Amino acid sequence: MGIYLPIAEISVNVFVLLAMGAAVGFLSGMFGVGGGFLITPLLILYNIPPAIAVATGANQVIASSFSGALSHFKRGTLDFKLGGVLLAGGIVGSTAGIFVFALLRRLGQLDLFISLLYVALLGTVGGLMLVESVNALRASRSGAAPVLKKSGQHNWIHRLPFKMRFRASKLFVSVIPVLGLGAGIGFLSSIMGVGGGFIMVPALIYLLKVPTNVVIGTSLFQIIFTSAYTTLVHATTNQTVDVILAFLLMAGGVAGAQYGAKAGQRLRGEQLRALLAILVLAVAIRLAADLFVTPPNLYSLSAAGLN
Amino acid sequence: MAARRAFAAAVSLSMLFALSPATAQTPPAESIQIGLSTDAISITAGFSGADLTIFGSLENPDPLIARQGRYDVIVVLEGPPRPVVVRRKDRVLGVWINLDSETFENVPVSYSVATTRPLQDIAEPAKYKQLSLGAQNLYMKPADEADSPATIEEFTAALRDRKAATGLYSENVGGVQFLSQNLFRATVRLAPNVPVGTHKARAFLFKSGMFVKESSAQLEIRKSGFEQSVFRVAHDDSFLYGVFAISLAMLTGWLGRLIFRKD
Repeated sequence: MGIYLPIAEISVNVFVLLAMGAAVGFLSGMFGVGGGFLITPLLILYNIPPAIAVATGANQVIASSFSGALSHFKRGTLDFKLGGVLLAGGIVGSTAGIFVFALLRRLGQLDLFISLLYVALLGTVGGLMLVESVNALRASRSGAAPVLKKSGQHNWIHRLPFKMRFRASKLFVSVIPVLGLGAGIGFLSSIMGVGGGFIMVPALIYLLKVPTNVVIGTSLFQIIFTSAYTTLVHATTNQTVDVILAFLLMAGGVAGAQYGAKAGQRLRGEQLRALLAILVLAVAIRLAADLFVTPPNLYSLSAAGLN
Repeated sequence: MAARRAFAAAVSLSMLFALSPATAQTPPAESIQIGLSTDAISITAGFSGADLTIFGSLENPDPLIARQGRYDVIVVLEGPPRPVVVRRKDRVLGVWINLDSETFENVPVSYSVATTRPLQDIAEPAKYKQLSLGAQNLYMKPADEADSPATIEEFTAALRDRKAATGLYSENVGGVQFLSQNLFRATVRLAPNVPVGTHKARAFLFKSGMFVKESSAQLEIRKSGFEQSVFRVAHDDSFLYGVFAISLAMLTGWLGRLIFRKD
């Protein structure tokens, strides 16, 4: 069944979009990520203009992170204070991101920049995760107990000034890295249409030493607001949010997420992380191929006079 | 789903041709008329391209020439003109990057042609150039005229090629058929991504390779009620639209949890 998207101004198949949303929702439920990093590239592969894919991806991420954050709020695994500080940084980063987005679009380098960012980030995060999870799998096979770094162990980040206490996270840390992390994620959110959970979660665990049980809820909490802000700014400055497209993706996504979460419970943590790492790397390689392989068409058209 | 709907257009038959007096000294000059039943087409949610049928008539045709099939008609549906940037990718350090670009002013967003016969069989190429008829003969005005002619030539060709590849520039040979000596029917293609705006339908009459007369009509293509409202709100009340998009996402997330909750 075809449907005409009013903002993207093209006809697409409803079932392809629902299936895309459901597949990504399944994976995001399974791995506990928002899925923005999968949705946006998939939409671009499906010929949705990148500018619309990014803005609509941000809109779609709100639905999945809101639903996830609600669960964590009920369980009490959400640090509002930490989330608030991350958010303050996020708004600044997101604003800068929108500005860069509009500039790159005018220069005709938006697609390249989005692809490069995706390849670099997904490649790095996927690679690190794969190494870590394969090591963990090997360790558990040989029977050795996994060695975890103790929380409370100090690194250079803990020597920075302007310290603040975050009770729910049992954390006493400088606000500088927290704001910086928030700003970085906000920037990526507005340029890539991702929530940034796949960077936020490891950064909170390994850099700030936030207890793992609080990390996902807090990350989801801040992602709701960062992507809501991103959606709003894209809607007002670029008019690139397509609600029909976003709704189809969300509808598939929320359903898929529940089955994914169920499937995820049958797998062990290291196995899940290894599978996610492979998935992330696969997306990175697919996008990298587009950068290096000679394109079938060297020429592209775009409307002039976009601001 | 290739539901191609034909938007039928009415016949604007002038009653005059049937009554042309046989006693006239010199045969009156031929002319051409086209008529559209509607001056607006709405793109609905299910739109996936369509064939637009335009009816027209020849006035005062010479029966002998008509019998020999020496009348030819070319019908063009031309989309609204818009500025376009054409970019070329080049390899830099192994990566394909948009480097050179050329901006053209007033390029018709779409250009669908229907003809009685292949263009090269109807008239001389010079004739089409003169009339600026056919995608190959459209004049694309570069924004920066100082660029080298070779560059402009290259980007103009690329522009036509890309437009044809996306179905926006199309040619339907045999798309114009004579139903009788006077009456013809033209079928032009509307691509799934046909732009909204004011389109211009033009019909050109050729007699034995010579251009005789032209007739034109306007056609408004717009999004239908719902799609149009969404588009308008997104542009005119973009803040409210953004708030709505966010609320919709939160509502969907909340409902999704309510319906499918597992904890």
